[in-house]
Amino acid sequence: MRGARKILGYQLRDIARNRWVIGYAAILLLLTEALFQLGGDGGRVVLSLLNLVLIFVPLVALSFGTLYLYNAREFIELLLAQPVGRGAMFAGLWGGLALPLSTALLAGVGLPFLFRAGSTTIPARSLLVLLGTGVMLTLTFTAIAFLISLRFEDRARGFGLALLVWLGCAVVYDGLVLLVVTIFSRWPLETPLLVLTLLNPLDLGRVVLLLDFDVAALMGYTGAVFQRFLGTALGLGIAGLALVLWTALPLLLGARRFRRRDF
Amino acid sequence: MNAITARGVSKRFGRLEVLRQVDLEIPAGRITGLVGPNAAGKSTFIKSVLGLVRPDAGELQVLGQLVNGDERYRARIGYMPQAAHFPENLSGAEVLAMIRDLRGPGVASDTALLDGFDLGPQLDKPIRTLSGGTRQKLSAALAFLFRPDLLILDEPTAGLDPIASGIFKEQLAAVRERGASILLASHTLSELEAHADDIVFLLDGRIRFHGPVTQLMERTGFANLERAVAALMQGGAA
Repeated sequence: MRGARKILGYQLRDIARNRWVIGYAAILLLLTEALFQLGGDGGRVVLSLLNLVLIFVPLVALSFGTLYLYNAREFIELLLAQPVGRGAMFAGLWGGLALPLSTALLAGVGLPFLFRAGSTTIPARSLLVLLGTGVMLTLTFTAIAFLISLRFEDRARGFGLALLVWLGCAVVYDGLVLLVVTIFSRWPLETPLLVLTLLNPLDLGRVVLLLDFDVAALMGYTGAVFQRFLGTALGLGIAGLALVLWTALPLLLGARRFRRRDF
Repeated sequence: MNAITARGVSKRFGRLEVLRQVDLEIPAGRITGLVGPNAAGKSTFIKSVLGLVRPDAGELQVLGQLVNGDERYRARIGYMPQAAHFPENLSGAEVLAMIRDLRGPGVASDTALLDGFDLGPQLDKPIRTLSGGTRQKLSAALAFLFRPDLLILDEPTAGLDPIASGIFKEQLAAVRERGASILLASHTLSELEAHADDIVFLLDGRIRFHGPVTQLMERTGFANLERAVAALMQGGAA
């Protein structure tokens, strides 16, 4: 894994200077700061940020992730012509993307809270869960982005699919769940709904946040189901584990494809 | 020992047969020009040698080592791709350091081309501010930098100005002088005529000719490589 660490190091330097990543951090910072300025206390700001993180983070991870890999293609070719193994290359590339994006999220959302550490009460636990879920979603959706751009040679198609995946996870999926609930309202739906939630990483992120904030009943059908039938602790555990699987699976598939493909 | 030995190497992309049963022995210590029309299989052959493309059948040996997924043999190869793309936000110096780092400690250094192109002042600027020609020079310098035993160059002079191109060719001769092997894919036949020892002519994924430049001219009856190759293309197999 020495090769992977070296590649990671240089990728980090490149991406940390990328204007889109810097812009991403800046936007998060401005939004969080604005929420504070609008008179929110720490707790309300975290709650407002919840939806922002759920919608915005996967979008950035998917779109930036696919474009990044398409743009780096020729350079990846040059690196693979060096004495570097493909496994190390893949690990370095993914780490080099997921790490700066996670850092941008932590800095953008975390700094405004840090500035106020003395003056207002900060719901530290909620904030940590929010940031942790955001990082987890970053890892998951960059892994999915890598899988997409390795699967499709054509960058327009790959990028389009990445946007579709985001749209599906963030918007369409909720509608479908609601449709299922309405159509089958006479049947017991707990188990199918639990399964449906496990199939959408973004929904899983939502479940984790809602369960932990104890506002499950307020938002979303699936969150309520999770809490009612699994309890908060077990629900959190299962949702968290499923999110880890949602990162590992695309990564393993992507790495396999990366090892076998022609460049 | 051969620089490159190919036995029955075949590769297809979907329905397209790009390499068909390629048997080839490229001797070490010579400059071998790889020519052929577009889509003849030149790039696929080069990429197979580098391990970037995995042939469907056959085997390849590079500098006596079997190409089988182990990456170490590539420490002896310098490669200059057709188009140079580097991370936009890194400087040239950082890219050089990165590749040096990947090649491991104690790697040899040959800065003749780096100095010849006078790249020093450009190395601290981010890649995105460099012109296409400068990137191409950086790419060439990178291929020569670690004193490789085998140099693989894909259209190396396409983006170079005449002065840079001259410096490049001097270095080519110098590297050959120290015993390295060079595989040079090019459409600029006049250039190959002046510098290549041997010619490999690929057409539709098959080797149609491999031998010294002089032999090619004798066989086709033309005293100039451009015409000789044209004759090969029209006549199919020579």
